Amino acid sequence: MSEVSTQELPGLDNWEIARYSRHLILDEVGMTGQRKLKAAKVLCVGTGGLGSPLLMYLAAAGVGRIGIVDFDVVDESNLQRQIIHGSGTVGRPKVQSAKDRILDINPRCQVDVYEEPLQADNALQILEPYDVVVDGTDNFPTRYLVNDACVILDKPNVYGSIFKFEGQASVFNYVDPTSGERGPNYRDLYPEPPPPGLVPSCAEGGVLGILPGVVGCIQATETIKILLGQGTTLSGRLLLYDALGMTFRQLKLRCDPDAKPITELIDYQQFCGVVSIDEGAAATDAEPEGFARLGVSSIKARFDEGWSPFILDVRKPHEADIVAIGADLLRPHEKVLAGELDGIPTDRPILVHCKMGGRSAKAARALVAAGYGDVTNMEGGITGWATEIDPSLPTY
Amino acid sequence: MAVEITIPTALRAYTDRHAVVSVDAGTVEEALQALTTAHPGLAKHLRDSSGKLRSFVNVYLGDEDIRFLPQKANTVLAGGESLIIVPSIAGGAR
Repeated sequence: MSEVSTQELPGLDNWEIARYSRHLILDEVGMTGQRKLKAAKVLCVGTGGLGSPLLMYLAAAGVGRIGIVDFDVVDESNLQRQIIHGSGTVGRPKVQSAKDRILDINPRCQVDVYEEPLQADNALQILEPYDVVVDGTDNFPTRYLVNDACVILDKPNVYGSIFKFEGQASVFNYVDPTSGERGPNYRDLYPEPPPPGLVPSCAEGGVLGILPGVVGCIQATETIKILLGQGTTLSGRLLLYDALGMTFRQLKLRCDPDAKPITELIDYQQFCGVVSIDEGAAATDAEPEGFARLGVSSIKARFDEGWSPFILDVRKPHEADIVAIGADLLRPHEKVLAGELDGIPTDRPILVHCKMGGRSAKAARALVAAGYGDVTNMEGGITGWATEIDPSLPTY
Repeated sequence: MAVEITIPTALRAYTDRHAVVSVDAGTVEEALQALTTAHPGLAKHLRDSSGKLRSFVNVYLGDEDIRFLPQKANTVLAGGESLIIVPSIAGGAR
């Protein structure tokens, strides 16, 4: 970010001096630092678990202009961790819900709302006006997109990522104001993303609600430090946080001499191997999987006709405690994949289900490979069943 | 020589939930071999079909990424070191 001379910084009126007094009496912030925050422009991509605490603290700290990008709407299941939203905003666009909360915290904040997915064709335009970009997204394509756009536009990218009980944080593409050296970026840490399906999402794998709070606050701290030009950022370091062990560990992060220079944005869906539903269906036609994929309404219709398959639930036991539909056997999909097939009859049709249909498809593939001839995957899983067939069941 | 390998949450399903696995090995490569011999389900998450370490899985010896060590995976271990496996994770918003 460009260094602004002190004279050009906006002044603080008496209301602001009273409001930010705890900052103003810190040597490291003072009047100059608070005026830097007032002049600062920060973009947060994602207003979910990481973005929630981050946006609230940046607003409270007096960051003058905040941009938010999200196209999702607030869902009841978000509220366990996305504390910027509330029961009263369920069903509303997240950017609107977040904007209201930010303005409630600090009515002087200018909030720019981008209610659209960040994509290769709009990313440079959306990121361009901001000094610092914060990555609070939930998927690999957007993370690589944010990274590459920040490199192209020469902006620091404050990174945070979470899974179950673990978090990662760093600052990418940060130019040290003293040495002028540029730090590593996301591609130096991970040159390529994992193939889809290998790593479960938070919706599948679960996440401790407080975890994004901790990681999002670390991102907020790094953002404020960059804006103030104070302290030592996480540039060149990867911070690992383990909530269960309550440990913080830091690892060295270096620029990869073999990394290809980033000069343009690419097709990030393709780069991350994400196949659209249509392409997925085409692939299925071209190469038979050996098992059937049936939606919940087709399965219900077959039940009504007297179909009586052996029902295999491949979720974890604690998921079956939440809701179940009378499976004959509960066996986590990892065990099925590892070949634990005892108790699964070879002389009956097998219907496999999980929460949403992903893990059960893998288990179905393993059953077919093991010689099972009549295997059906319940597309949409028990969540689909609860939504479309039996609304009396809870969803999770 | 005994070396401790820290397993991330995402991969503990393949180590019977163990967060730390102890193995005897003389190099980083041998340590990873010993780990996947003890827990075969891990192999495909750590290596591609040609046996190369996957590009979304980093292995650190102490706080150094083995990709940036002069001997990389052939770095000799004296015993008592700790290795950490750090896979790419993407969660954050949903």
